[in-house]
Amino acid sequence: MKIAVCLKRVPDTVAKITIGADRKSIEETGLKFVPNPYDEFAVEEALALKEKAGAGETVVYALGTDAAQETLRTALAMGIDRAVLLQSPGSPDGLEVAKAIAAELKDGGYDLILFGKLAVDDYNQQVGPMVAELLGLACVTSVAHLTIADGAIEAEREIEGGIEVVSCRLPAVLTCDKGLNNPRLPSLKGIMAAKKKPFETKAVALGPGSIDVLGLEYPPERQAGRIVGEGPDAVPELIRLLRTEARVL
Amino acid sequence: MAPRILAVIEARDGAVRKISHELLAAARELAGPSGAVDALVFGAALPTGADALPAFGADRVLSAAHPDFARYNPDGFSATVASLAAGCTAILFTATATGKDLAPRVAARLGLGLASDVTGLALVDGAVIATRPVYAGRAIQKVKLRASPALVSVRPNTFQPRARDDGRTGGVEPVSVPAFEARVRVTAVKAPEKAALDVTEASIVVSGGRGLRDPANFKLLEELADALGNTAVGASRAVVDAGWRDHAAQVGQTGKTVSPGLYIAVGISGAIQHLAGMRTAKTIVAINRDKDAPIFKIADYGIVGDLFEVLPRLTEEIRKVRSEK
Repeated sequence: MKIAVCLKRVPDTVAKITIGADRKSIEETGLKFVPNPYDEFAVEEALALKEKAGAGETVVYALGTDAAQETLRTALAMGIDRAVLLQSPGSPDGLEVAKAIAAELKDGGYDLILFGKLAVDDYNQQVGPMVAELLGLACVTSVAHLTIADGAIEAEREIEGGIEVVSCRLPAVLTCDKGLNNPRLPSLKGIMAAKKKPFETKAVALGPGSIDVLGLEYPPERQAGRIVGEGPDAVPELIRLLRTEARVL
Repeated sequence: MAPRILAVIEARDGAVRKISHELLAAARELAGPSGAVDALVFGAALPTGADALPAFGADRVLSAAHPDFARYNPDGFSATVASLAAGCTAILFTATATGKDLAPRVAARLGLGLASDVTGLALVDGAVIATRPVYAGRAIQKVKLRASPALVSVRPNTFQPRARDDGRTGGVEPVSVPAFEARVRVTAVKAPEKAALDVTEASIVVSGGRGLRDPANFKLLEELADALGNTAVGASRAVVDAGWRDHAAQVGQTGKTVSPGLYIAVGISGAIQHLAGMRTAKTIVAINRDKDAPIFKIADYGIVGDLFEVLPRLTEEIRKVRSEK
């Protein structure tokens, strides 16, 4: 089983975001970055599937600046075989990113291409299925449960108020949701081994795309609320406020 | 030229989903008085509720009927939407599990950019301008979609559905479904044991955190939800990670982002990770023992106290209010 995993480097989910001087992007200096949390489910699934198959190759890709090397090394330390950095500053148009990744993976002979469900920076949630469409591959998004046997995939994905069961055949593109597995932590041995694993860097040029960022702003501040009272005796006053002031009851 | 908007309507089990009325409100707003809104529905036959879509803002209903369309069919749906794109100013999807799966496929087929999960839309000099929360709601991005049609998925609970106007009528026209290769098939839709309302679509969400101390105590929240009606029970990451509640209920950065009319946080301290998922709720109520809990900084109304005393009282008072109506 030959598996590609596509990763993204994103700001730490608990970091405070500062909007940059251009008013279109965030200030990256001093900001802590981490591998996108959903991508860790994809890495874990790739490793587990290869272990189960007993043979194969796992490759991680990231499209980003040189800083994304660290993200790729983390995946190598978890056990991925080799890494490819597609050097690019990125694009606000996810389709341009998808085109570059699809071009790179096209002749890779992959049985499976895995992504995280979404990246917690731009929240676009689109590059995985776009890559599938560009490559003409089957695609299931937001997979929370997966079985693969004899080249047949059965995947479950959460929909509002239910679970959708989807079937397709390899080769396929899957995007991974929380619940699929519990990602392993890199071991010390893994971290040492990662330093010797193949690491390729290629510059890619993205097209202009069709989406321009006009601006980035902080969300409107919520007006400071008030403590209605203490204990159960405050409940009637709360109900009154919800009915007459907030008008939500 | 007057704008023409194609709204991709969601149906399940042969019936139009209510969330689609929000999408029509967004489409109508974008189209303006002179523009046209087409509502595209999929099904093995015309779904129930499709003929009422004009009353909620559509000018025309386009029916894509196909034996394989009883359930979501990603390849068939995306081929059909793409075949109708010519001449549209914008194509709108709902940012639901289905819409988030479908929209990127259509975008790639058409070779056009997609703005996902938008909370604001405007047409400026013929170009669609969209606002969308990024970095888990810690910033709001404004983008311009230069190509046409502009592809957009709209966040649930953002646009208020229009009041039903039966004076508005429109015809239902069949559209032909192009040939497609079904690479994936939805073979079943499993309902959860108790048909629970999804936290992203409920008008009220009551969420519990570690303060509930034991998974069994979520019963208190379920009782409150029952009393309120049209209410979903959510959970903090801590209790989902502890296995108390299903991940589907998790509100926050690695869970769902919700924008209900009323959000009640119970026994949740208010970590950034959680606030990211609910800060756009219209009204926030917090119940917590710790008066310094960060949740009180973002809550409109707070009660400091023992939730095991406050919750039963709240449920009781809500029942009274609801029975008055």
